[in-house]
Amino acid sequence: MEFTLKIWRQKSHNEKGEFISYPMDNVSPEMSMLECLDVLNETLMVRGEEPVAFDHDCREGICGSCGFVINGVAHGPERATIVCQLTMRHFRSGEELIIEPWRAEAFPLIKDLIVDRRSFDRIIEAGGYISVSTAQAPDGNAILVGKDAADQAMDAAVCIGCGACVAACPNGSSALFTGAKIAHLGILPQGKPERDGRALHMVAQMNAELFGNCTNIGECTGVCPKGISLEVIAIMNRDYLHASWKRREALEATIPPALERNTHRT
Amino acid sequence: MTRTAQGLDTAVGEIRALREEFWQNVTVPGSGDDLNQNLEKAGRVADFFELAELMCIDARERNESCGGHFREESQTAEGEALRDDEHYSYVAAWGYRGTGEPPELTKELLEFHNLHPSQRSYK
Ligand code: SF4
Ligand code: FES
Repeated sequence: MEFTLKIWRQKSHNEKGEFISYPMDNVSPEMSMLECLDVLNETLMVRGEEPVAFDHDCREGICGSCGFVINGVAHGPERATIVCQLTMRHFRSGEELIIEPWRAEAFPLIKDLIVDRRSFDRIIEAGGYISVSTAQAPDGNAILVGKDAADQAMDAAVCIGCGACVAACPNGSSALFTGAKIAHLGILPQGKPERDGRALHMVAQMNAELFGNCTNIGECTGVCPKGISLEVIAIMNRDYLHASWKRREALEATIPPALERNTHRT
Repeated sequence: MTRTAQGLDTAVGEIRALREEFWQNVTVPGSGDDLNQNLEKAGRVADFFELAELMCIDARERNESCGGHFREESQTAEGEALRDDEHYSYVAAWGYRGTGEPPELTKELLEFHNLHPSQRSYK
């Protein structure tokens, strides 16, 4: 197969970027999009040019490292497919593929296709955990979880934190991601004791970062490689509302002062 | 997989030659001023050359068969691994002494008070 890859090249956050076209032939239809970039990078290196920087790790759709926009769609045209799992046969030979990084205020660009997604980490730090005393592993059947709850929690837990939802959202909102984390833990008995605080803290952190607000557009769920449904946003809003009702004093304590724009950038 | 003193000596020589070639001919595109994934990879390759050489040196030094380390020179009449507890009852910890310098061996002796090692048998 033959392609023209039109890729966003930008040396660093502070330098100007531009699209550069790279013609490629002999692309195997079985290659993943990332492998196609690997092949391109090999040729660039032989020519003495700098390879395209892109994030990747597991290459099997479970780590959430990879991701970029192809022809205007986060993770490309295949539904529920992440770029490391997206094979080239899904494109037409001869096509031009426009490849660019996630574009969102909260994800400052580091280089080429790599963006800084630490804002997600800070949301997780704010409450994406459960507190238990560690000791011996508990008996597997000591806490019973109904099939419905287990399924619902699992559907939310499959979020891999790739950031496509934010990149696809015209508001740059991270509601789908944050909702997935809040829903996943809040539905399970182990996560219930901290459910209120979790919703308050994680939403507060989400608001403190440079994400926009959710206006129920739904593009996020459309591009999500794990098919996280909009329902998690409803669960987040419900948990948040419920918690703010019950814990008004905590609410005041948890909302950090509005950050100056760009203060957390280095 | 088995090892011999001679094979390990050859391996050390080959690794050193490869490492030398790597340092002479390596091409790392880009610069060290911004994020450079290839510089990271080159650094890892350099580390693995050192580690690979050290593993061979360690295996060469241990003239016995033990666990996954089977030295052809050290086997029973039936071809089973033959330990040499008198000389090798220790864990080897190797200290780095600089490029091109032989690493320094520190022995952490293994002492058995209640149960004593014996010949392993799968029969
Ligand atoms: S919700 Fe989906 S798109 Fe958003 S970070 Fe999680 S896996 Fe990625
Ligand atoms: S590289 Fe891990 S999800 Fe794509």
